[in-house]
Amino acid sequence: MITCQAIHKTFHGTTVLENIDLHVEEGKIFGLLGPSGAGKTTLIKIITGQLPKDSGDVSILGKSVEDLTGRDRNQIGIMMDQFGIYDRFSCMDNLKIFAQIYGIPTDKVRKALIDVGLEQAIRTPAGKLSKGMRNRLSLARVFIQEPRIIFLDEPTSGLDPATSRAIHKLIMDKKREGCTIFLTTHNMDEASRLCDHVALLHEGKIVEYGVPLELSRKYDHQKKILLHLADGEDETLDYSETSAGRIRMLMENRMLETIHSSEPNLETVFLELTGKKLED
Amino acid sequence: MGNVSVILRKQFKDTFKNKTVLIQFILFPVMTLIMENMIKLEGMPEHFFAKLFSVMYVGMAPLTCVASIISEEKEKNTLRVLIMSNVKPSEYLLGVGSYTWLLCMIGSFVIGASAKFTGTQLMTYEFIMGVGVLISILLGAAIGMYANNQMMSTSLVMPAMMLLAFAPMLSMFNEKIGKFAQILYTEQMSRLFLAMSLSEAEAKGVVCVLVNILVFTIFFMIAFREKGLE
Ligand SMILES: Nc1ncnc2c1ncn2[C@@H]1O[C@H](COP(=O)(O)OP(=O)(O)OP(=O)(O)O)[C@@H](O)[C@H]1O
Ligand SMILES: [Mg+2]
Repeated sequence: MITCQAIHKTFHGTTVLENIDLHVEEGKIFGLLGPSGAGKTTLIKIITGQLPKDSGDVSILGKSVEDLTGRDRNQIGIMMDQFGIYDRFSCMDNLKIFAQIYGIPTDKVRKALIDVGLEQAIRTPAGKLSKGMRNRLSLARVFIQEPRIIFLDEPTSGLDPATSRAIHKLIMDKKREGCTIFLTTHNMDEASRLCDHVALLHEGKIVEYGVPLELSRKYDHQKKILLHLADGEDETLDYSETSAGRIRMLMENRMLETIHSSEPNLETVFLELTGKKLED
Repeated sequence: MGNVSVILRKQFKDTFKNKTVLIQFILFPVMTLIMENMIKLEGMPEHFFAKLFSVMYVGMAPLTCVASIISEEKEKNTLRVLIMSNVKPSEYLLGVGSYTWLLCMIGSFVIGASAKFTGTQLMTYEFIMGVGVLISILLGAAIGMYANNQMMSTSLVMPAMMLLAFAPMLSMFNEKIGKFAQILYTEQMSRLFLAMSLSEAEAKGVVCVLVNILVFTIFFMIAFREKGLE
């Protein structure tokens, strides 16, 4: 569905993307993970033809991006981190503009807004919506187009967990309908929950690629124990004699609240690969 | 063609919500309506206010409106989304341009009616306005394309607007300014309004307007080529 080969991109001499290869299969959710500034948005822009690349090949829907026709473009839905929302227009009027462009009957607009949970806000000017509601409106705009491939640049960034979960559900629904989804995030938890495949992008390079669970297992060699102390502090220990002594001491002093075995997740995989933490 | 009408409809819907644009459209027509009816001074040229405000209207309203519509859509990334949804840049510009032209023509009808122009006089007046508004739209679109955001657009529109709207007025009082201003289409409009008859128009003036059309079309083309709607 989407294939990138040896993509390079520089901005004024600074390399932003280096030798990017990736492949996204039809009907799967692909997650591009990386900290701020890694080059996620740049890569989406290149794949969707909004930005020229220095070298490499992108193919989408079996064609090179440059060769996409208007009809092909209609099958690609894009939601970027900066939304294209008309603040003075209501949710309904925002979507109507795009419905008219795509020749979609107006009653579908109403349904799309209800589907993303904006029923109460149909007549509300978009400028008065909360961040989560704006994200939903952007999603609705992408959905009415009924695309086969959807690009979502940080669909849940800055949202509370409940709103994020609601958006995850919408994304999963689209997958069930057969859409191919390419999303970016710096939330590891989101990636493990949603994505069939992930690529970890760090300073413009893909440092790891695979199925989230398999990646976590692959990096499962350094077992850790996570302690929660009575004074509210957290502590991580490895499996060793000294750790045992420390735990014993804490228990005797009644300072230990809980003990967990810390399973490696994408967060720790990333930390191990790059020595850096992914912050939200 | 369908997309042009989508843009056009979107703009009409926005008219009463977008106060900055709305005020530009109605300010001079309303002022003319008031002044032409309230103030009658001994020895004042006929239709003084209508003619003065018409020139200022052409020099300000289309320029500000087109430039602010385009630069706002750039700044808020709505333009990019339209283009990604297969709206062609030419369709977008045609939609915004014809919207602004139509509204300014409504405004100029209000001015024409306040001055009680009738028959050929009214037709002549509207024709001159139609051409003037068109040239201003070309310039406004060029500025809108050139500017990256609304701030930049405002600071580019300001000097152009001052020149186009005020030079013709100042040239009434100062010959030197008049000499310079005659290269501007707004000054030529103001001269055409004096006789209010196209058959009495000087050849020099007509050529000047044609040159203006050419120059601003080139401006527009360069902006479109170099920056487009990026
Ligand atoms: N138009 C541009 N001109 C110059 N540099 C740019 C441009 N766009 C992006 N960059 C640079 O490219 C790098 C990658 O940016 P990009 O926006 O792709 O990161 P990102 O992974 O999307 O980050 P975030 O998570 O903050 O959205 C950054 O260092 C940024 O400064
Ligand atoms: Mg980004």
